[in-house]
Amino acid sequence: MAQHESATPAADDVMRAADGKPLKDSLRRSMRRAKTKALLLVAPLGLFILFSFALPIADMVKRSFYSPEIQNVLPETAELLGDWDGDGLPPEQIYATFAKELAQADENRNVGVVSQRVNYVMPGARSLFSGTARKLGNVDSGPYKPAMIEIDEDWGDPEVWSILKREAYPITMAYYLSAVDLRYNAAGEIEAVASYMQIYQKLFWRTLWMSVLITVMTILLGFPVSYLLANLPVRTSNLLMILVLLPFWTSLLVRTSSWIVILQSEGVLNDVLVTFGIFSNDNRPQMIYNKIGTIVGMTHILLPFMILPLYSVMKGIPPSYLRAARSLGANPVVAFVRVYVPQTIPGIGAGSILVFILSIGYYITPALIGGSSGQLISNFIAYHMQQSLNWHLAAALGSILLFVVLGLYYIYNKLVGADALKLG
Amino acid sequence: MNHAFKTTAVAGVTAMGLLAAPAATFAAESLTIVSWGGAYEESQRKAYYEPYTEMTGTEITQVSKSANGLAGVRSQVEAGNVTWDVVDMLEGPAIRACDEGIIEPIDHDEILKPAPNGDSPSEDFIPELGECFVPEILYATLFAYNAEMFDGDNPSTVKDVWNTADYPGKRSLQKIPAGNLEWALMADGVDHEEVYDVLDSSDGVGRAFNSLNKIKGDVVWWSEGAQPPQLLADEEVSIATGYNGRFFNAQVVEDQPIEIMWDGQLFEVDGWVVPQGKLTDEVKQFLRFSTDTKRLADQAKYISYGPARHSSAPMVGKHKETGVEMSPHMPTNPENLKTAIPKDAVFWADKGDSLSERFNAWLAM
Repeated sequence: MAQHESATPAADDVMRAADGKPLKDSLRRSMRRAKTKALLLVAPLGLFILFSFALPIADMVKRSFYSPEIQNVLPETAELLGDWDGDGLPPEQIYATFAKELAQADENRNVGVVSQRVNYVMPGARSLFSGTARKLGNVDSGPYKPAMIEIDEDWGDPEVWSILKREAYPITMAYYLSAVDLRYNAAGEIEAVASYMQIYQKLFWRTLWMSVLITVMTILLGFPVSYLLANLPVRTSNLLMILVLLPFWTSLLVRTSSWIVILQSEGVLNDVLVTFGIFSNDNRPQMIYNKIGTIVGMTHILLPFMILPLYSVMKGIPPSYLRAARSLGANPVVAFVRVYVPQTIPGIGAGSILVFILSIGYYITPALIGGSSGQLISNFIAYHMQQSLNWHLAAALGSILLFVVLGLYYIYNKLVGADALKLG
Repeated sequence: MNHAFKTTAVAGVTAMGLLAAPAATFAAESLTIVSWGGAYEESQRKAYYEPYTEMTGTEITQVSKSANGLAGVRSQVEAGNVTWDVVDMLEGPAIRACDEGIIEPIDHDEILKPAPNGDSPSEDFIPELGECFVPEILYATLFAYNAEMFDGDNPSTVKDVWNTADYPGKRSLQKIPAGNLEWALMADGVDHEEVYDVLDSSDGVGRAFNSLNKIKGDVVWWSEGAQPPQLLADEEVSIATGYNGRFFNAQVVEDQPIEIMWDGQLFEVDGWVVPQGKLTDEVKQFLRFSTDTKRLADQAKYISYGPARHSSAPMVGKHKETGVEMSPHMPTNPENLKTAIPKDAVFWADKGDSLSERFNAWLAM
């Protein structure tokens, strides 16, 4: 019946498909199916990016300011400390709660989580906490204040308690401050750390200027190579292209180690220089395990990232433009500088941003051949991840690096425009 | 749209499940043991792993990641996916891991074998037994030199290391503050028994860094235990710090012109720890087997580290391959202990973070 009805010309002016269903509905259904299919096809990639990229970065940024160890292990103490005015020594109630929770933490074997957290801002806190926790077993009843001061006189020091109060709050700027060589002093004001402890500002600057220098070096070295590649007959240029690509495909470690062979003080280059009498045997120049090593190694390793986009842009520049410029009276140099070079800007831009962003976060090459003066900020992020295990500080350093790169990209976008990028 | 999200979610969960599944099924027939690589892990393979596999049929997967052992254990425990069964670790990081509760407490007298004469493990082990740590060896970090690089006298004391005029050539030191600060004070005239008293004050730390400043320009920094013997053999440096077993290997097994200087040897304990949730019967069996009197003495046939049991000492004999008498090469030999510094693990657990920060800043200056 229904079919018969819908087959007759509709009275309600709805467009209908051959099967009698409203055309709009059919269209929507088939569109939905196509959308679902498309979504499903993208889903693996989306999930991959979510789990391997977006979530870890979000977690890193969270770790850089969120540090709830004290709240997790000593929840009531953290709450009471939050309410306390922070003047002088805290009241007996806080001592009692702290003693109870610390003894509990000792039983659960997680005193170390808290003491390590405090140890970052107060060296020696680790043994203060674990020693106190162990001895608290012998204290059965209050008052706890004199009992704890008896165990260790540090518990009678107002500074210790004001540090605890500050660090008990889970959201903290302490790691960002450490990451730029600042700290809270006893009064809770921000001040610079002692000069012999300052390191990160210097490292950020070094990372920036060395990345800029490496980018400039790759432009200077890569431009002629790309120009040659783009203008030779195809047969020859393909052969030369392989010479660019082969090192690109070779393991990073192999390339870095080969620089050790070449540059070390008993190495190939030094032997040659000594043989030709440029340096005496006792006075071989140090060319590795310092900034020179890092700059040379990274320039070499990142060079293909400059050559490839430059080459693809140069390939697309019609030779007739240069000929036109010549026929209009420009000499070769003027034609090259005013007609050819401006057209390669998208390639230079793309190559520069690739090389710069890669080098600002570079790790392996400086670690292997940078010595101590050629280390970059990423080496210290790795150091805090693997050696000192101060993951919060590593996260703060990493977040600052991330924001600097995003900021620089924003500026680049305003100045040159991301549309002008050409990656090949 | 809703439908699409559900499908994605289901696909996602399935994918996660597939990734997680294989890790759980392995554990039974194999043990994953983490150690330091190089000549040291080789000695463990010969003395412990091979006989153990022969006896029980359990395959042992070797992972050479002890250099980042604490970071690895912590991240695995935090992620709830522990794949390491036993980890070779120094005493200092083990104290820290134990405080954080990420490694298992161990009842030494219940799990480990008594000595042949019946002494319980807590009596038989030389170092004091911590809560979570099974000592294996005592090893030393100390100075060694390439004897072919000095025309006159060879260096013999820590002061000679700082004397670059009479003993020319570069030095190689480990890129950590531990050890270097102690030796810097010894070179500055502090007695080997008093270094930690001096280091406990801020003035003392300043004095150590001032002393290090005097040779800073002549130092090549190393970070992997295999580097110092190589740097000495290549004549890149004339004096280097390093692990005594590695130097022994280069000197005796590889016949390099390397000599060890026992003055100021900094000795510490290395041993096994078990990550959280991994103290299974299989692991207990491995610990019991590998740390009995005979196995500990066996390991000393392959590398010159002192066994951590009193009862193993008389059983230490000759080097397996070269037939060299081992006892003069042991850090525990009384002759070698005269000016030794026992590394203060508690001091470094407390002050290590701030001293490392200062050391790094000093390096970057």
